[in-house]
Amino acid sequence: MRRIISVLLENEAGALSRVVGLFAQRNYNIETLTVAPTEDLTLSRLTLTTAGDDRKIEQITKHLNKLIEVIKVVDLTEGEHIERELMLVKVKAVGAQRAEVKRTADIFRAQVVDVTGSAYTVQVTGTSGKLDAFIRAIGELSILEVVRSGVSGLSRGEKVVSL
Amino acid sequence: MTVQSHLVKEAAVERLSGGDMLIRALQDAGVDFIFGYPGGAALHIYDAIFKQQRVQHILVRHEQAATHMADGYARATGRPGVALVTSGPGATNAITGIATAFMDSIPMIVISGQVSNELIGTDSFQETDMVGISRPVVKHSFMIKDASEIPGVVKKAFYIATTGRPGPVVIDVPKDTTDPAVLFDYVYPETVKMRSYSPATRGHSGQIRKAVELLLTAKRPVIYAGGGVIQGEACEVLTELTRYLEFPITNTLMGLGCYPATDPLFLGMLGMHGTYEANMAMHHSDVILAVGARFDDRVTNDPSKFCPNARIVHIDVDPATISKIIPAEVPIVGPAQPVLEDMLAALRERIGADPDLLDRSAHQHWREQIAGWRRQHGLDHNLMERAVPGASIKPQAVVQCLYQVTGGEAFVTSDVGQHQMFAAQYYHFDAPRRWINSGGLGTMGFGLPSAMGVKFAYPDAVVACVTGEGSIQMNIQELSTCAQYALPVKVINLNNQSLGMVKQWQDMQYGGRHSSSTYQDSLPDFVRLVESYGHVGIRITDAEDLEAAMREVFSDKLRDRLVFLDVCVDPDEHVYPMAIKGGSMCDMFLSRTEQS
Repeated sequence: MRRIISVLLENEAGALSRVVGLFAQRNYNIETLTVAPTEDLTLSRLTLTTAGDDRKIEQITKHLNKLIEVIKVVDLTEGEHIERELMLVKVKAVGAQRAEVKRTADIFRAQVVDVTGSAYTVQVTGTSGKLDAFIRAIGELSILEVVRSGVSGLSRGEKVVSL
Repeated sequence: MTVQSHLVKEAAVERLSGGDMLIRALQDAGVDFIFGYPGGAALHIYDAIFKQQRVQHILVRHEQAATHMADGYARATGRPGVALVTSGPGATNAITGIATAFMDSIPMIVISGQVSNELIGTDSFQETDMVGISRPVVKHSFMIKDASEIPGVVKKAFYIATTGRPGPVVIDVPKDTTDPAVLFDYVYPETVKMRSYSPATRGHSGQIRKAVELLLTAKRPVIYAGGGVIQGEACEVLTELTRYLEFPITNTLMGLGCYPATDPLFLGMLGMHGTYEANMAMHHSDVILAVGARFDDRVTNDPSKFCPNARIVHIDVDPATISKIIPAEVPIVGPAQPVLEDMLAALRERIGADPDLLDRSAHQHWREQIAGWRRQHGLDHNLMERAVPGASIKPQAVVQCLYQVTGGEAFVTSDVGQHQMFAAQYYHFDAPRRWINSGGLGTMGFGLPSAMGVKFAYPDAVVACVTGEGSIQMNIQELSTCAQYALPVKVINLNNQSLGMVKQWQDMQYGGRHSSSTYQDSLPDFVRLVESYGHVGIRITDAEDLEAAMREVFSDKLRDRLVFLDVCVDPDEHVYPMAIKGGSMCDMFLSRTEQS
């Protein structure tokens, strides 16, 4: 089962490599990974998606918690949560395709953020599933390049992950 | 603040270079020995060592040995061992020793020199990414970015290494941060607080109560205690609790000594080469109290067949160890000592109020059943007495002889292989920290240097290294270090002229094809070899000579000498019992032909 694990850690050199190293070392898989400092610049917030049964996820969270620089670990998928991913897609756009790409982008509430004579760059945000659906709708043949941010997320309601 | 007190405070702050601060901080951390080897990137640090007397530096012959010495020192004393190596090959040579300490949760500080900050990343001479290369085998690591961090980092390193589940911590020190020309205010922090690190200090009282209720239901209980009991200084309370309940107890390879081995409740070691009665008792138990043990694959055999009727209480300071391999019904996260103290108090309260809560008659019956297993297939502890003149020497008898001659009082270190298992099976450890071996990583070459670390810590103690002709050659260069520091460790070499454990597996699983497990005629004459270092060598081949030779090794006459006893043992001996792969704990080979 797909899980979103959110980690609050010290914003220090080497902290990220310990997290990534742990996954490699214990044969866990990282599907997406995103990390950036928080409003408190001494802290980083890292979000990763992985897959596994309850026992494996329990091991992953326990081992993450053991890392000295890790402050908090939360499995967002355990409760109600919001998840977002951002994707930029460069799409061939010539002739009739130009209108079609624009129409599809509108349906997905995506924005065209760069235009040339033969290509559009479209920015899509939403759940990973929505981003996948956009790629299917555009059709792989017309896609020139894709970059995705990886999943970020927060718990719904008043629950927070903080110091 | 008055002017005067302000002046006093200022006068108290010393101005020191990074290198001097590092050594000064080690002094302030209570370090008495550093085991190490100099090199370019560490030379400022070595100069700082030269200028002081409080910390003694021990020059080894190979960095791996430095880490094992620090490790042996830590295992024997409970205080963290310290190793110092230079960058590049010094650092990489230390990795095996760091991994050894990591697998057995041993507190250790490894300081590695590093090339100067401006050279990092340029593939400069003797540069290696020590923090990166050691990452999977350390509890934590630090890279000094600025010399002013040194005292604080040293304080944190000792705190992390020794608290919670202990482990090795690496401090990588770029050469420029130890520059003797740049001075800093030296202040060693009195306390350390890290918002991201707060190991458990007590067990959850509700969980402890639940555990007590489960223990009270037991008809066929077993206590399964590991190295965490020793690391957590919980041997006394565990012994008290065990005797109070009169529950049978088994120790892991790492736990030997945490409960007195000569006590009637003790079943011996469990696991792959554990005793028949310990493994049978585990398999047939209904309640297991696991303390500071981690259900290692060398204990459980096939986890899906592990102790089918047992309900498990698992105490460990590391939450990630609990339910990792075998799910625990009552997990308790916390250090063994306070948890067991609370548990014993709760048991006393419950049983004090109602003595019938414990099913004493069921327990009596259970202990008799275990005694029956022991009579049936227990280890034979009288091999030595039964030896016939002219016969080849049984390796087990050598350990029995060592036990008798040292009165069970020696620190015994070992390497890895058959001799290690024989030592674990036949030397009875009645006190903790006396049995020192590489359990988790299984590092050949550990025995001699770790014995040296013990001897530095306890110069008056009897320290014996039980080894084999394979393992000893992995760090035999340390005989030279022993000569330099006049270190009279005793080496008992069970020489079967082959890699015994490898050969045993090849006998049992590979049709007796001894692929690369023998040396033809290439073994050295160990007696002449040790004599060339200025030590004493004795070689025996006949069972009749064993006891006299062993007595000579430990005689007053040779008290101050390193003695190497090269015992030519029966080369065909196997270690039994041996777990049958893929089976449960009660599936064992009892000899070449018998199975349980």
